Amino acid sequence: MAAITGVIPRPTSYAGIWGWMTTVDHKRIAVLYGVTAFIFMLIAGVEAGVIRLQLASADSDLIGPGRFNQMFTMHATTMVFMVIMPLGVSFFNFVIPLAIGARDVAFPRLNALSFWLFLFGGILMHVSFLVDQVPDAGWFSYANLTEKPFSMNRGLDYWAISLLVMGSASVAGGLNFVVTIINLRAPGMSMMRMPVFVWMTLITSILLVLAFPVITVGLIELVMDRNFGTHFFIPSEGGDPVLWQHLFWVFGHPEVYILILPPMGIVSEVLPTFSRKPLFGYPFVIFSGIVIGIMGWAVWSHHMFTVGLGPVANSVFTITTMLIAVPTGVKIFNWIGTLWRGSIEFTTSMMFALGFVALFIVGGLSGVSHAVSPSDFQQQDTYYIVAHIHYVLFGGSIFGIFAGIYYWWPKITGKMLNETLGRLNFWLMFIGMNLTFFPMHYLGLNGMPRRIYTYSAEFGWEHLNQLASVGYVVLFVSFLIFILNVLQTRNSRKVSHDPWDAPGIEWSIASPPPPYNFAELPEVEGRDHYWILKDRAEAAGTPITEPEALVDESTIHMPSPSYWPILIAAGVALIGGGLLSHYALSFVGGAIAMMGAVGWSNEPPAAPSEHH
Amino acid sequence: MAHAVEHEYTTTGLNHRKMLMWVFLGSDCLFFGSLIATYMVYRGQSLVGPYPIDIIDVPLTTVSTFVLLMSSFAMVQALSATQADNKKGLVTWLLITAGLGAIFIGFQIYEFNSFKNEGLTLGGNLFGATFFTLTGFHGAHVTLGIIWLLAMAYIGGKGRLGPNTVLDVELLGLYWHFVDIVWIVIFTLLYLIGGFDAGPVPIPSP
Repeated sequence: MAAITGVIPRPTSYAGIWGWMTTVDHKRIAVLYGVTAFIFMLIAGVEAGVIRLQLASADSDLIGPGRFNQMFTMHATTMVFMVIMPLGVSFFNFVIPLAIGARDVAFPRLNALSFWLFLFGGILMHVSFLVDQVPDAGWFSYANLTEKPFSMNRGLDYWAISLLVMGSASVAGGLNFVVTIINLRAPGMSMMRMPVFVWMTLITSILLVLAFPVITVGLIELVMDRNFGTHFFIPSEGGDPVLWQHLFWVFGHPEVYILILPPMGIVSEVLPTFSRKPLFGYPFVIFSGIVIGIMGWAVWSHHMFTVGLGPVANSVFTITTMLIAVPTGVKIFNWIGTLWRGSIEFTTSMMFALGFVALFIVGGLSGVSHAVSPSDFQQQDTYYIVAHIHYVLFGGSIFGIFAGIYYWWPKITGKMLNETLGRLNFWLMFIGMNLTFFPMHYLGLNGMPRRIYTYSAEFGWEHLNQLASVGYVVLFVSFLIFILNVLQTRNSRKVSHDPWDAPGIEWSIASPPPPYNFAELPEVEGRDHYWILKDRAEAAGTPITEPEALVDESTIHMPSPSYWPILIAAGVALIGGGLLSHYALSFVGGAIAMMGAVGWSNEPPAAPSEHH
Repeated sequence: MAHAVEHEYTTTGLNHRKMLMWVFLGSDCLFFGSLIATYMVYRGQSLVGPYPIDIIDVPLTTVSTFVLLMSSFAMVQALSATQADNKKGLVTWLLITAGLGAIFIGFQIYEFNSFKNEGLTLGGNLFGATFFTLTGFHGAHVTLGIIWLLAMAYIGGKGRLGPNTVLDVELLGLYWHFVDIVWIVIFTLLYLIGGFDAGPVPIPSP
């Protein structure tokens, strides 16, 4: 076999940086995703800080309009594609195989490829800062702003090509998790016994697989317009800029649910655990998630009410948009029903989950207010929209993700995050978030447009803007406290395998889990499997206090590490980099990717061992 | 390939790779769907010629379409030869499939070239942009399929394909048939229906 595999011997070591670069273990890939996304979050946070500093006073000339455009473009692009999505994927990676009782994902090497493509795509996007040709047309980059006469430097090429690279990562990841969840469940884990987070991941993955090709086509057409002389979005030659808006939002609205469904799944795990009772109305939560996944495709034009699609289109999309609030509302009632008469334990994780529900309701209500197209005509492109998106994506997604971090941290590391610091983290984030974004509702309704780099003092927007900027400082401190909390876990005590007395089967194994996860695949007996087991053991007088015993690792055949994923990803990123600099580089990248593909297909998923 | 015969546990009984291929093809449907949508939106919107009726040669492309359809037939034969453990047959049929695919690509190169000579370019008008983008990406899919076919024929020639590795050929077949079906849609829309469009179509006022 070695002869086929090629000139380079297969990596065998799991240690050191080389071990991380060749790993195919879903738990380590989850850590890679999490750390990378967190670093991107700090970058995006600094960009947000520059924005808030510039807007803190009227007639400010701290940075000019050009730089300001770059800041809000990169802040939003980074947060959407390089922070919230990969943080979600980080949880998919860590939790899904554990929660369905599997040893890894269905395609471990493809999983590694997804990560490296995402990382290199993100780096490529940020190279634009080094050459000072930064994307500056907003995160949805409307034509004509993106076309040559209006954007002469390569910023938009960086934007489009990096997103193409990261999009391929998302599709590969989505494919992997669809197959993993449908096909790799432990015996007894029927679809309607799966934890809600697994369900939401499945729906999200399907959305990823189906939505990204649409933006891919849009981006390809944009790149061709800018580089190969086509006129897809240039009206003077018959092109239609509105087509870009359609392509973007047909992708963009499912994308919104890609960002919010995973946190909804996390919250649906956290609330029952700390209410000590099963999720209220499990089938309703699942089916409302499915309905959101389907209806998410039928609401995209509510981003385009002011484009002039006509009264019929606006009415139809008003109605569908109002309808999609129903399944979301169903979920909120189910979460509240879960809390009802539970014995609630206010851990940090629980507080973030409750914060999620509260803030998401605010964001949802402002969302319904611009579902009504006449009302949206007043709100379009004002800070009211900025307030809305931050209530659903910060108050929603980020709070849900933090609930997940505090909840699964002991499983990931075997150590506890400090609860006192955690509470401080929560309250500062909760206060800072409301201080920053609530005033924006008023600013928007008072007419402050989004994406202006400064405003005159006589508009009367200064005080509320100052308030928002103070809120940013509070948020900043809350993130510092989180980092402090993470750093102090190095010295904190080891915890048991099941510190929360949780229902999921991931809590039945050691923390951190061994590379093979389950020594024996569990026979799942119902929803909240581990609660069933623990209750039975308790009743029999022999409560479970120990995780599943560890076994000799070499007796379980696991996928072996591989060079090829990182090599192919580097090749693909070079193809993109070549399009941005010199085409010769693209050919080098193509050759590397091709070599990687040949190596990959000649390499069996698991290296032969003495046990086979 | 000792590992190919290994039986892996799956919940549904369906092989992982087969499910992956089906979901991927679903994804690819949206990709071609968006490209086709772009073409349909811009149909009749070109401000200057050449227009489809000036250059589209339906009889010529009917021939290449027939060739591509026949390649699907060869693909089916390759799969059944693999199932029957007919080592020589499977290599032959894989090579025939690849050859027919290559003839199709040859037609496409000829067509692109002659369209270019008649003035149809990416930047010339919207018809050129949408036509070359859509059929170009389809051609890239076919080319990838040909490389895959040749690689499989090479592996088959070494005697490493047989009833134990039917799945490897089957996945290739799924991909190949999919690319074929996409061409049927493209041929219908761009040639049989859109091939006779002449000049810009005025946008009806609402």
